[in-house]
Amino acid sequence: MNDAKNLIYDGTFNGFLTAIFSAFDEKIQVANIQNEFTAQQGLFSDFEEVYTDDEKAKRVWTGIQKKSKQASSSLYFAFLSETDGIELLAYYYIQKLFSHKQKVHLNYADDIVLKINQLAKSVGREKHRMEAFVRFQMTKDGIYFANIEPDFNVLPLISKHFKDRYADQQWIIYDVKRKYGLYYNLKIVETISLELNKAHMNSIHSNDAFTEEEHDFQQLWNDYFKSTNIKSRINLKLHTQHVPKRYWKYLSEKKAI
Amino acid sequence: MSFERIREKLSILADAAKYDVSCSSSGSNRTNKNKGLGDTGTGICHTYTEDGRCVSLLKILMTNYCIFDCAYCVTRKSNDIKRAAFKIQEVVDLTINFYRRNYIEGLFLSSGIFKSADYTMERLVAVAKKLRLEENFNGYIHLKSIPGASDELMREAGLYADRLSVNIEIPTVSGLKLLAPDKKHEDFIKPMLKVKNEIIQYKAEKKIIKSTPIYAPAGQSTQMIVGATGESDKDIMYTANHFYKKYNMKRVYYSGYVPVVEDTRLPALGSQVPMLRENRLYQTDWLLRFYGFSVNEILNDTNPNLDIDVDPKLGWALRNLNEFPIDVNTAPPKMLARIPGLGMYSVGKIIKARKFGRLNWNHLKKIGVALNRAQYFMICDANEWSHKDLQPAQIKGLILQNSKGKFRASYSNQLSLFN
Repeated sequence: MNDAKNLIYDGTFNGFLTAIFSAFDEKIQVANIQNEFTAQQGLFSDFEEVYTDDEKAKRVWTGIQKKSKQASSSLYFAFLSETDGIELLAYYYIQKLFSHKQKVHLNYADDIVLKINQLAKSVGREKHRMEAFVRFQMTKDGIYFANIEPDFNVLPLISKHFKDRYADQQWIIYDVKRKYGLYYNLKIVETISLELNKAHMNSIHSNDAFTEEEHDFQQLWNDYFKSTNIKSRINLKLHTQHVPKRYWKYLSEKKAI
Repeated sequence: MSFERIREKLSILADAAKYDVSCSSSGSNRTNKNKGLGDTGTGICHTYTEDGRCVSLLKILMTNYCIFDCAYCVTRKSNDIKRAAFKIQEVVDLTINFYRRNYIEGLFLSSGIFKSADYTMERLVAVAKKLRLEENFNGYIHLKSIPGASDELMREAGLYADRLSVNIEIPTVSGLKLLAPDKKHEDFIKPMLKVKNEIIQYKAEKKIIKSTPIYAPAGQSTQMIVGATGESDKDIMYTANHFYKKYNMKRVYYSGYVPVVEDTRLPALGSQVPMLRENRLYQTDWLLRFYGFSVNEILNDTNPNLDIDVDPKLGWALRNLNEFPIDVNTAPPKMLARIPGLGMYSVGKIIKARKFGRLNWNHLKKIGVALNRAQYFMICDANEWSHKDLQPAQIKGLILQNSKGKFRASYSNQLSLFN
C-alpha cells in the first residue's frame, strides 16, 4: 500500500486521460483518481498532481478507440455522468480493455463492464431528454436562448445535434447548474459562460429580454399542448414518468396560465 | 396574423386531430441542406400530454369541415361543433415557429374532406411544398393521404412528405359499410397502393440514378379503431398483418375507440376506452415485427382473442410448454426471443456475454432479464431448475402472484379487503 498514489486531475476528460497515461507509463499503483475540486486526502496514499497534456490524452484515446469504438463511446458517456468514483471505475475498465485480446467490452456478465454500460445508458437517456426538452426563447438580439439543468454533463454530447438542426439561426443553450453554455454563431459552436442574474424559467409574465412575439408563441404552444390531450384517457402517472417534475420549470407547456 | 383568431383555430383544429394516434417522427433520412432549417433522425418525443401520449409533431387538421358522415368521427357532418379552417400560410408559420423553438420534430397534417378528395389533398400538398421549397425546411412532414385522391397528387405528396398514411379505421369491410356508408373500401386502398408502388419504383431508380428525388422515405402507416364494431382481436391482427405484408406498411396503429358522439351503432358516450386491449394488440404487433412470431401462432380459431391477464408472449408460451425449457447458453437467438420476460435487448446482451463463459441466474438478473416470468421457461448454468413438472395454470398463478401489472385493477376478480 505504501506506493499507492492518489492522482489529482483538473476535472476535464483530457485531464483524466492524461492521468491514465501517467498511471500506465510510470507503472503507478493507483489508489484513486480524483478531480481537484472534490479531492480528499487518502489515509495511506500520496497525492500526485497530473498536468493535462493533450498529446498524451490523445494517445490514450486513440488506443481505446482502436480497441473498440463502442467501448470508447461508453467510456466517455459514463465519464460525463460525474458519478462518485467514476474515474477509478473507468480506470479499471480501460485496464480491462488493454489486458485482454478478446472484446471484453461485450462481456455483460462482468460487473465493471456492466456498470460502465449502465452509466453510459443513463447519460445517453439524459442526452436524449435534453434534445427533447430544450425550449428556445427568442431574445430581442435575435438569438434563440434556452436554459437547461441536466442531471449529467451532457452539453458536449448535444452540441452536434443542435448545430446540424438549427443551422440557420443563432442559439445559446446554457447549463445553469454547471455554469457554462454553447453558443452557435451561424458558423461554429463556442463554449461560453454568462453572468445570468436569474435563470430564464418559463414564466406567465412576458420577459423584457424576449420579443413580444415570443410570448404569443409560448401561449400557442401551451394551448396546443392542452387541446391535444384526450381527457378520457388521462394517465398522470405515465405523464410524469415521461416528463419528470424536475424538468417542468423550463418547459413552456408546463407553465400555469 | 391576428393572434386571437389563430389561437381559436389552433384549439379547434388540434382538438379534432388528436384521435390520430401516430406521432412517429423516425425512419426518415432527410438531412439539413444548404444551411437550412431542420433535419430528421431517430425521432424525438418533445413532451407528453397528461394522457401519457407523446408529442412529437404539430398534429392539426387543415379544416374540420367535412362532407362525410362517418359515425365514429368527431368531425362528421352531422355533429354540431365549431368549424374552422387554416390558410396555407398559417400552417407554414406555425410549423416553422414551433420548430425553431424546439417544440416539435415537424408537422402532421390531416384534414376533413371539403369539396372533393382532390381539392383537399391539393391543399395538404401545397403546405408541404411551401415548407420544403420556400422555407428550406428539412424537418419531418407526415401527410394524410385523402381516400380517393388522384395518383398524380399522391405522387407529388410523396416528393415533399416523409410519411403518408391512410387510416382504414374499421378493420372489417362490413363494419365500414355500417359506420361509414359514404366511403368505399377501394377509396382507402387506391392511394395506399399508389404510394407503395412509387416507393418500390423510387428504390429501384435510386440504385441507378443517385439524384432521383426521394419519395416518402419514412414509408406509409395506417390506423384501426379498436372496440367500435365488435370485431375480434384475430380480425384486427389478421388485417394488420395483411397491410404489413401487402402494402409494406411501416406501422399499423391501434386506437381504442373514444366515444365522441351518441350513435346507436356505437358504444355509448362515457364507455371506457379499451386501453388494456389496445396495449395487448401493440404487444402482439411487436411480436410479429421484431420477435419472429407469425400471426397464426398467437391468434387462431381456437384463440380468437388475446389473454387479458398475461401478455401475448407469455400466453403463447403457456399454450406451448413443449417448446421449453430453452437453454440460454446454447439456444439460437430466435429461440431466446421466444422466452417470456426476455426482450430483444436482453437477447443481444446474452448472445455477446455467453461467449465469455456460461451464464447463471445472477448474470441474467443483472443483465436485466425479467426472471419473474423467464425462470419457468429457461435453464442456465445452475442446478436449480425445479419447475419441470408445473402445469401451465400453476405457472400462470405463480407469475401473477409475484408481479404487479399496471392494468391489474381492471381485470382482477379478487375483492379488495380494505376498500
